[in-house]
Amino acid sequence: MAGLEFKGVHKSYGKVDVIKGVDLSIAHGEFVVFVGPSGCGKSTLLRMVAGLEDITAGELTIGERVVNQVQPRDRGVAMVFQSYALYPHMSVYDNVGFGLRLKKTPKDIRDQKIREAARILQMEHLLDRKPAQLSGGQRQRVAIGRAIVRQPEVFLFDEPLSNLDAALRMDMRMEISKLHQELGATMIYVTHDQVEAMTLADKIVVLNAGVVQQVGSPLELYHHPENLFVAGFIGSPKMNFLKVTAEKTDAGLTIAGADLEETTIAASGSQVSTGDRITLGLRPHDFIESADGRLRGVVELVERLGNETIVNVRLAGGTQVIAALDGDSHLEVGHEARFGFAPEKLHLFDADGQTIAR
Amino acid sequence: MDTMTPKTAKSLQNHPTAGWLMMAPAIILLTLFLIGPFLLAFGFSFTNQRLISPNPTQIVGLRNFEQMLGVGVLTLEPERDNSGAVVRDDEGRPEYPRVRTFTRNNPDYPHLEGMREWFGWSWGDNQVVVLARDLVFMKALTNTLMFVAVVAPVQAGLALLLALMINQKLRGINIFRTVYFMPVVVSIVVVSLLWRFIYDGRNGLLNNLLSFISFGQFRPVDWLGEPSTALWAILAMSVWQGVGFHMVIWLSGLQTIPVALYEAADIEGATPWQKFRFVTWPGLRNTAVLILVVITMQAFSLFAQVDVMTQGGPLDSTQSLVFQAVQRGYEQQNIAGGSAISVLLFLLVLAISITQRYLTRERN
Ligand SMILES: Nc1ncnc2c1ncn2[C@@H]1O[C@H](COP(=O)(O)OP(=O)(O)O)[C@@H](O)[C@H]1O
Ligand SMILES: [Mg+2]
Repeated sequence: MAGLEFKGVHKSYGKVDVIKGVDLSIAHGEFVVFVGPSGCGKSTLLRMVAGLEDITAGELTIGERVVNQVQPRDRGVAMVFQSYALYPHMSVYDNVGFGLRLKKTPKDIRDQKIREAARILQMEHLLDRKPAQLSGGQRQRVAIGRAIVRQPEVFLFDEPLSNLDAALRMDMRMEISKLHQELGATMIYVTHDQVEAMTLADKIVVLNAGVVQQVGSPLELYHHPENLFVAGFIGSPKMNFLKVTAEKTDAGLTIAGADLEETTIAASGSQVSTGDRITLGLRPHDFIESADGRLRGVVELVERLGNETIVNVRLAGGTQVIAALDGDSHLEVGHEARFGFAPEKLHLFDADGQTIAR
Repeated sequence: MDTMTPKTAKSLQNHPTAGWLMMAPAIILLTLFLIGPFLLAFGFSFTNQRLISPNPTQIVGLRNFEQMLGVGVLTLEPERDNSGAVVRDDEGRPEYPRVRTFTRNNPDYPHLEGMREWFGWSWGDNQVVVLARDLVFMKALTNTLMFVAVVAPVQAGLALLLALMINQKLRGINIFRTVYFMPVVVSIVVVSLLWRFIYDGRNGLLNNLLSFISFGQFRPVDWLGEPSTALWAILAMSVWQGVGFHMVIWLSGLQTIPVALYEAADIEGATPWQKFRFVTWPGLRNTAVLILVVITMQAFSLFAQVDVMTQGGPLDSTQSLVFQAVQRGYEQQNIAGGSAISVLLFLLVLAISITQRYLTRERN
């Protein structure tokens, strides 16, 4: 049983702070995805779990044990690298069995475990090959196999699929998900791809610039982003943002701006005072074509995907937004159109980018 | 985009002689100073060519090689008196006939004519003597082989050790890299001159140092003047001078090994030795082949050190093949003899390099 506990974890390289205080608990058996833009510190955080980077300050617990000073091999973790990190001169069989060999596991047990891992990953026919004779997807399988045989408490994946093509990525995503169900081990998975995060995770940790932005299930993050960054990062196509001014009324909050005609929404508005500049967020899929909609603009681009139509619209105030409409929408480039939305679908953010409670 | 490329450049690149023109300087220089001399040496080695001689050159076939490589074995039986008993000297050792009775004008042993005793050993009561026609050449050959056999592994190993030590991200590590590499950029002639002071028999640095750390117990040695130490002294200096160069080659090999391989090994629980054994060493395989071949060739061409420090002495203990080739060719004006040594050296190095490549080949 191994959950993980981060307490005020910091990492700096010299004067540069890369991880700026992470507090996080991960339950045993959970599939957690660290997601964030490139350079935000995901890999660094993962490598601190593996023991490949020192922890500058704070405390990391795996299972019951504070592991700040524990050697990588004694942490009960296995890691799958983005570059696969297979030993080029060893066969697949030896690569997978490398850790067992180091631990002087008897040959017959070792053989049994290697073949079991190969069976799980459907790569029994590859065991005699060298890594150079494998495709990218097969190499990644071997790397995962090498992690499996050690039966670790915690699996760590650092962007394992980013070197694969799109179709293969989808297959491997499903396999990793299946693997998680089969093994029941704790898995921490790093990616910059929010789709991967949404499809794999029990729990997503959104990181930006070394700070945890929000932790939650995929749907929590999608429906209730806590700030502008998470709102913009999770979901595809991206959420649209409009600058508006708020006014408190008896009915709730009246908002209006260059792009948005006056709209009143039910909200307590306790955090807002009249005249505040706030940001309004609306997901592309929440746009509704409607003659009396409060958003008016000119269609600049139409992409018909069959099941839906993606349109770029330049609103009256000049802001460009993306709307995902029905597949049979009749909009054409150059058309003037009006869009409405269900008020409860709106997201409001204050001047600091924090979500305004409704 | 055709219009993007200047027309002149394009036509020059397409011209059939352009390639040859560009290669010409290199080809001319290589022919003049490498291929030409090589072919000449090959040709001369079958003649009696002298540096300056009034007599016409003659083809002598393989005689130069026979002269150099001629060896013979002689088994000497002890002298016996009339009753057939072995004659013994005062200390009870058997007495043998003199070797020269076989090698000088002895019609029964024409193949040993002119040979001299090289080395020998006892075989029961008999004495086996190995004879060589050209003792100096044999000495040069064995010295060179010994030099190569010691320098190749020692220099390669030491260079690897240094490379492993300085392949770390430490503050100031570049100072060490520079220091280790410095002897390489100094000319071997200069290095040899300097090391003559270090090895000096009376006031040399080495003697002083050894005497200092042994509190005066150490008796000074004339390192370059003793047959038993001279070659080793040259050897140690040569290793010191060349180690930095090979360290840099090892270093470049080390840096091609992805860091992730070490990290994966860390997580899998590899000890430092296991990381070297399973990650570093296999990753250095091609570098190792290169270094081994390069060191071997360099070691075979041992010359400048000998020329500056000992001139082959004392008692031929530091003769080397290249030194002999130069000696014969220029000092003794025997170009044919020098060429024959060069050709032999070429064949030797070629054979060893091919063997090394074969032994270190990729096995699948
Ligand atoms: N060894 C290092 N020295 C200095 N800075 C580093 C080092 N490793 C990573 N960084 C910096 O830390 C930040 C986070 O890196 P990383 O964790 O690799 O980001 P990512 O989220 O893309 O995986 C980056 O800005 C990177 O430049
Ligand atoms: Mg990364």
